[in-house]
Amino acid sequence: MTRPLLLKGGRVIDPSRNFDQPADVLIQDGTIAAVGTGLGMPEGVEIRDVREQVVAPGLVDVHVHLREPGNEDVETIASGARAAAAGGFTAVCAMPNTDPVTDNQAAVGFIVRQSVRAGLTRVYPIGAISVGQRGERLSEFGEMVGAGAVAVSDDGRPVASSHLMRTALEYARTFDLPVADHCEEPTLAAGGVMHEGLVSARLGLKGIPAAAEEIMVARDTLLAGLTGGHVHLCHVSTRGSVDIIRGAKERGVRVTAEVTPHHLTLTDRACERYDTHAKMNPPLREAADVAALRQALKQGVIDCIASDHAPHAYDAKEAAFDDAPFGIVGLETAFGVVHTELVLGGVLTLPELIHRMSTAPAVAFHLPGGTLRPGAAADVVVLDPTARWTVDATAFSSKSRNTPFAGRALTGRAVLTLVGGKTVHPAGAPVDR
Amino acid sequence: MTAPPLGKDLVGLEDLSADQIRLILDTAEPFKEVSERPIKKVPALRGKTIVNLFFEASTRTRISFEFAEKRLSADTVNVAASGSSVDKGETLVDTARNLEAMRIDMVVIRHPSSGAAAFLGDRIRSNVINAGDGQHEHPTQGLLDLLTIRDKHGKIAGLKVCLVGDVLHSRVARSNIWGLSKLGAEVGVCGPDTLMPRGIEELGVCRFRRIEEAIEWADVLNVLRLQLERMEMGFIPSVREYYRVFGVTAERIEKASRPLTIMHPGPMNRGVEIDSRVADGPHSVILDQVTNGVAVRMAVLYLLAGGRPELADAAKGPGTGGPE
Repeated sequence: MTRPLLLKGGRVIDPSRNFDQPADVLIQDGTIAAVGTGLGMPEGVEIRDVREQVVAPGLVDVHVHLREPGNEDVETIASGARAAAAGGFTAVCAMPNTDPVTDNQAAVGFIVRQSVRAGLTRVYPIGAISVGQRGERLSEFGEMVGAGAVAVSDDGRPVASSHLMRTALEYARTFDLPVADHCEEPTLAAGGVMHEGLVSARLGLKGIPAAAEEIMVARDTLLAGLTGGHVHLCHVSTRGSVDIIRGAKERGVRVTAEVTPHHLTLTDRACERYDTHAKMNPPLREAADVAALRQALKQGVIDCIASDHAPHAYDAKEAAFDDAPFGIVGLETAFGVVHTELVLGGVLTLPELIHRMSTAPAVAFHLPGGTLRPGAAADVVVLDPTARWTVDATAFSSKSRNTPFAGRALTGRAVLTLVGGKTVHPAGAPVDR
Repeated sequence: MTAPPLGKDLVGLEDLSADQIRLILDTAEPFKEVSERPIKKVPALRGKTIVNLFFEASTRTRISFEFAEKRLSADTVNVAASGSSVDKGETLVDTARNLEAMRIDMVVIRHPSSGAAAFLGDRIRSNVINAGDGQHEHPTQGLLDLLTIRDKHGKIAGLKVCLVGDVLHSRVARSNIWGLSKLGAEVGVCGPDTLMPRGIEELGVCRFRRIEEAIEWADVLNVLRLQLERMEMGFIPSVREYYRVFGVTAERIEKASRPLTIMHPGPMNRGVEIDSRVADGPHSVILDQVTNGVAVRMAVLYLLAGGRPELADAAKGPGTGGPE
């Protein structure tokens, strides 16, 4: 048996209960035993002093790519889970664009087993919407749910067929599954490598217009309205999308949405000098989009922050911009980037940020976690909101280093991550409590 | 040793100041004369090794660079992508490292990807000259266009120069826009919206949708090549209609209230973007552009190799212009 643990004297922020005050958190038998002051001490309790620090429900990321099976040299479920733990995440959802595609119960079960074997941050599988992500025929949602899938998505491959998206939303209702939607109209986006605007005009790079995303946001919120299904919009990047989502929510459509730390903090100007670490899909947009995304997050039009952690081999990004793959890693910088830019920048309060990175994504995907309610699994993060650090990609737990934030000075990071009461970060910390 | 006047590489005219552009044009002047000699060779780059690395088919740009290099006495090697290790999957960075390992002095690169020249320049010590990267820039073409305009009009500042045609996919257009604006010309663009980059007006250019209006406005028309595959990709309905709506025809030119200088970066599609009677007409400077290309490239090679601009005349060597 592990010893009970008392996190003593921290600022406890639990958005699931609107709780924000100094308190102790007692963890026993892998669950939250109590939150409050003057708690009774069980025998053999380990006391950890967390004064000046924040105790919060572990962060939840509903959108990561862990590359296993298929590209284990770039990331594995274990290395991705280690990176997640280092970033303060206690649960992540792995997208199904693996090789082979995670489109059946055996593939879903494999990810669950690898997650258990790693014994770190919980990795929940997302199954493919269509067999092989080919956009033709629905995958077996029911069997995948039985094996542990928490959502379905063809992320990376937009669902071109409106009919397929309609049936996916309808069929997913049986299992109350979110359909995580990569919004990209493929004929408009074809060949594009960055946002279509003045910077792409200057660089001579083919642009992806904002409308390529907004058309699909409009289509799929309409289809969610038609079917009553739950559409979850991945990595929203444009101000136009924000307006459409706001309207859909006002009409009562079941829509949730996520935004990435990079779309909240960078613009297409990061692509200048053809920096392939600024190449991602959807692309970095304009300053007005960043401003709209921040307000949407503040107001809850966008529900949560997700990293879209997308590891790539270092030499894949060491190429001409056209030839480099889309995507960046984000698990280990997500909290620091958003805390530095949005909380210290005065856009969000710290409780609002924790809500958007923990409670809200857990609710959107019906995951346990996102709460410090007594009786819940002890998925907990201790954050030091004043820790200053500089992003050093070579020190990442992830196998990949492709980040546009390398060298960036950040404030705020996870100092302790517990999953089911077990320490998963920092690595090497005593686990046999 | 003073700092090199242009920096290490020539990637694009966007990166150059007006003074640097003028310096190149002024340095090109004495080099023009070299090509007029019976013995067209000066020793300025003797002992320098230059690789012409062409990942895209090109005839005139490659030949123009090669003449410029040879007339400066450099040793040159041509590498064409087809049949080379590039076809076998070697990456651009590996190609760069291998060239560097052979201790070369300069690379002239043509590549289908925008940014390829900057990518190479950031990774090797040798000077890199962009001979066209994707749809980004073609700086020596921009420079030879500037030199040709200056020759014809005696100035660049205050002139109205309109780029006609496929600006969206044209690296020549981008280099022209930067170079002309920096030297004080007014720049216009004319063509269908399907072939214009979004936000082009924000670069400070006038936008024309009617070729007649562009012709009435401009002192110089620089007619861009229409890549015929654009039609297959659906940017324009047909070549016939393009010529009818946007073609620079003799009838349209004759209606202009003043003579118009006609330029084209080549190769021309006669009867598509330009009427033969215009291309071969009295106000066409299209072949002057080709001639100036060699001089401008000599100037760029000379300056990047560390040659001092004030010595460009002397660098031509003892030759008197007569047979030796």
